[in-house]
Amino acid sequence: MAVLWMAVRLLRREWRSGELAVLLVSLSVAVAALTGVGFLVDRIGRAVQAQASEVLAADARVETPEPLSPELGAEARTLGLQSARLTTLISVVFRGDASQLANVRAVSAGYPLRGRLKTAAQAFAVGEVTHEIPAAGYCWPDSRLAAALGAVPGDTLTVGARALRIERILIARPDQGSAFVEFAPALLLNDADLAATQLVQPASRMQYVLLLAGSARALGRYDEWFTAHARPAERLARIADASPQIGDAAQRASRFLSLASLVALLLCAVAVAMSARGYVARHLDVVALMKTLGAARRFVLGVTLVQMLMLSVLATILGSAAGWLTQSWLLRALAGLLRTDLPPASAWPVLAGLVVAIAMLAGFALPTLLQLTRVPALRVLRRDAGPPPARLWLSLAPAAAAIAGVIYGTLGEWRFSLWFVAALAAALLCLALSGALLVALAGRVRGSASLPLRHGLANLSRRRAAAVAQIVAFGLGVMLLLVLAILRRDLVNDWRASLPQGAPNYFFVNIPTAQKEDFRNALLAAGAQPERMLPMVRGRLVAINGEKVNPRLPRPTMLRGGRGRPRGDLADREQNLTWAAELGDDNHIIAGRWWGPADSGKPLVSLASEFQESLDLKLGDRLRFDVAGEQFDVSVASFRKVKWDSFRPNFFIMFPPGLLDGTAGSYMTSALFQPRSAGALAALVRRFPSVSIFNIGDLLAQVRSVIDKAVTAVQSVFIFTLFAGLTVLLAAVQASRDERRYETAILRVLGAGRAMLLRSSFAEFAVMGLLAGLLAACGAALGGYLLARQLDLHYRFDGLMWSAGVLCTTLLVGASGWLATRPVLNHPPRTVLD
Amino acid sequence: MSCEIHARESVAIIGPSGAGKSTLLALFAGLDLPTSGRVWLAGEDLTTLDEDGRARLRAARVGFVFQSFHLVPSLTALENVMLPLELQGRRDARPPALEMLGRVGLGARVDHYPRQLSGGEQQRVAMARASIGDPAVLFADEPTGNLDTVTGARIIDLFFELNAAAQTTLVLVTHDTSLAARCSRVLTMDAGALV
Repeated sequence: MAVLWMAVRLLRREWRSGELAVLLVSLSVAVAALTGVGFLVDRIGRAVQAQASEVLAADARVETPEPLSPELGAEARTLGLQSARLTTLISVVFRGDASQLANVRAVSAGYPLRGRLKTAAQAFAVGEVTHEIPAAGYCWPDSRLAAALGAVPGDTLTVGARALRIERILIARPDQGSAFVEFAPALLLNDADLAATQLVQPASRMQYVLLLAGSARALGRYDEWFTAHARPAERLARIADASPQIGDAAQRASRFLSLASLVALLLCAVAVAMSARGYVARHLDVVALMKTLGAARRFVLGVTLVQMLMLSVLATILGSAAGWLTQSWLLRALAGLLRTDLPPASAWPVLAGLVVAIAMLAGFALPTLLQLTRVPALRVLRRDAGPPPARLWLSLAPAAAAIAGVIYGTLGEWRFSLWFVAALAAALLCLALSGALLVALAGRVRGSASLPLRHGLANLSRRRAAAVAQIVAFGLGVMLLLVLAILRRDLVNDWRASLPQGAPNYFFVNIPTAQKEDFRNALLAAGAQPERMLPMVRGRLVAINGEKVNPRLPRPTMLRGGRGRPRGDLADREQNLTWAAELGDDNHIIAGRWWGPADSGKPLVSLASEFQESLDLKLGDRLRFDVAGEQFDVSVASFRKVKWDSFRPNFFIMFPPGLLDGTAGSYMTSALFQPRSAGALAALVRRFPSVSIFNIGDLLAQVRSVIDKAVTAVQSVFIFTLFAGLTVLLAAVQASRDERRYETAILRVLGAGRAMLLRSSFAEFAVMGLLAGLLAACGAALGGYLLARQLDLHYRFDGLMWSAGVLCTTLLVGASGWLATRPVLNHPPRTVLD
Repeated sequence: MSCEIHARESVAIIGPSGAGKSTLLALFAGLDLPTSGRVWLAGEDLTTLDEDGRARLRAARVGFVFQSFHLVPSLTALENVMLPLELQGRRDARPPALEMLGRVGLGARVDHYPRQLSGGEQQRVAMARASIGDPAVLFADEPTGNLDTVTGARIIDLFFELNAAAQTTLVLVTHDTSLAARCSRVLTMDAGALV
């Protein structure tokens, strides 16, 4: 009890010394960075978990790009399973002349088998659970679609050739993804209306789904039956298959944000270590006195430990509050990417924050603080009597253990954690070495500088280690923010650049063979400039050189990451196939030869280089394809480099004419089309209802907005590294406070005015900021260049961003340092005589 | 108390610990202000000047030597000596500072930092710094207090030599009666009063 009482009293008194405040701020920033991301990750995780069983809207589902065979449903009925049908496709939906690309979902009675639909009379309202589906002739657009089209119940939407009246607005459906919203808004309609839309064509990109629900035993037996009887394109997905996919996507996004928070956290640890050292240096006398007055070593130790625990709790409260605000901000930054109805967060992140605060103190401050317990009482008589020096391993081991524990706890995987540590250590080492070099160079030039600047530079040189720590802390934070800014700019620029003037801006797919010429003429009549028109059939690669490609390779492998696309990913899914006699100038043969008129009808295939690389194919390899149930063998005749950004029809897989000509399929083309009015596009769709129209600009804008939001979220987390940099600065100023007071007093005695002292203090920190800014801008330019190369983007040095980075860092650090040292400058000169 | 020190006079203030010697010195130099009463330095009423005004006056008219030397740790010996001239706004501080360091026998150690110099050397740098601006008044607070007897004696010789050459007014706080005896006048303090 005496220990607790003493700890509280001392903590309150020592608050004024400053180090405790810096310790608390550093810990709070670390906890805020960690819990800010933690709360968000927790909410996403809970959404994923809560809806894992509903994510399929069933217990299991059979998915196929071809119409469902009657046996699939018949077997389900035999086994006593409930079933319902769902057909999805992407198509343009019109309300008058307004159009929007939508995920059209036709459902049969019973949908969803698991989970509930929620509807309302208004978009984005709180929905009410319904057990119905849209009646025939009616549709339910979701909030996003209704908002995009400005549609309300009672309005009529046109889907392909069918007009449907809006009955209600769809607020939620179980299969809409657990945390992340889907790319296109959705439109729910009755299965009975699907045929009338005329969107179902031989080569339409449809997905037919049979939803199943029932006992685990019946499902198990269905699985067995399915394995024996399934056709190549059919796939059975069960909850166990589906949730890891979503879990993985969420986990990878969360992990990226956690990485960002870890950087801030580690920088805060530096500040914690620095302020702990300052605290100990200043308290040697107090402890020696306490010992002289009879305090046992255990008592001193107890007081120290209780104080640390109290600081941890306080930092957790403050940091978690800031963390909660951060996650609200992150949610706003990610608006449109994340569902807005995420479940509330649990208290786990707060607990994690407390554990981290304790770990940081134990790792970075405790070894130093324990030195206090070893102060000899003799110090009251002999000032030079200090504690015995700490053993190196004793001061480094807890810090290393704390870092390892926190990193592993956040990332949850050893190999990844080691990579992170190695990459961060390399980056920090480079920054520290460059920083030390810059500080040394700055020290060299001080002879010719003005008095305040010289004095600032002299201070920088004198406290070199602290200066380098601050330069590294700020440099790293600013560099990460700049790299992200560069990356965002490069991505946006590249998209703009890849949409050259005069390139096609519309894709038209699903053009029925019989209407091919009519459609082309209609495009010409509307003032469009259509490109080549290529046939398109759906088919699948089933064997390579006689070796069967496994059609049931689990799809999640691609999401789980790993290097490159797994072999079989391209093979395992349905492909669009085409045939042509001519090779456009956007295709370039890199191996083998293109066919001539004599090769017509020969079993040959030409593959895009991406396809070849993915499956590691060679010229002459024999590939077996399955098109609408018929299999045929072809040999690889050539590989092509395709210029995809020509925005003309292009395919991975091309056959010579005469091989597939009889196959039922449709055509596709692209065109440069500047509709004279919004009605022109609607008129085209009304005349050719089966044709799907894609506006490339709209698609890219949507992708860009997704990337933009993701980058903003990551940048928001990296802002914490700047705060962490500030805590390092505060700790450094705090540690040098006595020296600064002393110097200020001498300079004042010698006649220095306050203005000169303030200028000198600003100069010191502005130069430090300048060096950090230079380091960050150069590092970011290099990082941006490497990233651009990695992502195949066009890198351009941006002088403006470079200079802005340097200038902003100079001002930020200069002003912060100036503010932090101002109180020290008020120290009266009289003290030099004491 | 009332006391007057004339130009070019050398005055020693002596007295037991706690007598108020350092406080008096601080008041003379404008490092502190009296709660009541007035202090004139080089014709200026210190009590009417603000902190910066007193600093300007010190920069222009005053030199200081301390018991603990009080060199700026981040500056070299040369930079420490240049400091008073630079605070006066002079841009050509380097040549006179070099000359001054030569006069105190430290011509070979101008680029050393205080931590690289011995106590005696540090005090010589402090003297060079105190003398360089041709101050009207030189204040010294126990200038030999932290030095051994032999070094202290050498430093004092140098001190009076510099003072005689520059004809500066000297105010010296000391415990050392032999040092006080070299001054033209001795003020003795006890319990905050001149006796």
